[in-house]
Amino acid sequence: MADVIDNNELTIEALAENLATVTEFVDVRLEQVNCPMKAQMQIDVALEEIFINIANYAYQPGKGPATVRVDVTDNPLTVTITFVDHGIPYDPLAKDDPDVTLPADQREIGGLGIFMTKKLMDDVVYEYKDGSNILRLVKKLS
Amino acid sequence: MLNITKFREAKSLKITLEGRFDTGTAPQLEEIVRTELADVETLIFDFAKLEYISSAGLRVLLAAQKIMNKQGRMVVKNVSDEVKEIFEVTGFTDILTLE
Repeated sequence: MADVIDNNELTIEALAENLATVTEFVDVRLEQVNCPMKAQMQIDVALEEIFINIANYAYQPGKGPATVRVDVTDNPLTVTITFVDHGIPYDPLAKDDPDVTLPADQREIGGLGIFMTKKLMDDVVYEYKDGSNILRLVKKLS
Repeated sequence: MLNITKFREAKSLKITLEGRFDTGTAPQLEEIVRTELADVETLIFDFAKLEYISSAGLRVLLAAQKIMNKQGRMVVKNVSDEVKEIFEVTGFTDILTLE
């Protein structure tokens, strides 16, 4: 499928190899609002986790699209990144957080990405509506 | 994109990373960790030019740390504030040796 860009919204095939396109799409819009480097990296980390999750699991064993939308609101300056896919219903927030106090030899890496996403964002909201997984990342920039 | 530079001296290996350590690039370093650490006793990472790390990068660092716990030591140098915060929220500051 061809990528569809409508100003603040990108619809793209949910494949890991499209991560760079999604990241660039979001970063351009963050730069337009002078997003600080640190917040930009945190948003990039969170969107990578979410997009790769969709790419790996939403449509398996088939393929399908994901839509990524960037919304910016004022007072305080806040960025909301919304991911929509039409794959199997999956709430990534339902998982228990990993124990991040264990030593290396007892550590498992599973669940770390979503845990990081929750820690780095001000809010992460999931809903399943009309056959779609909708996940919102909210980050305050000021 | 991730540039990886390796410098080998006796049983010490220094790996310098430049760019983004993410889902797309992590397999490059994973391959090195899997195949080139056999007789390494000191593994040094230089992150001075590392701009970005995601959980895919953390996964590889954890694998390297587990190997080096058995056969020597591993040090991560010159970590930026942005990358350090990722280590902090995931408890990696307690697992890794940062210098």
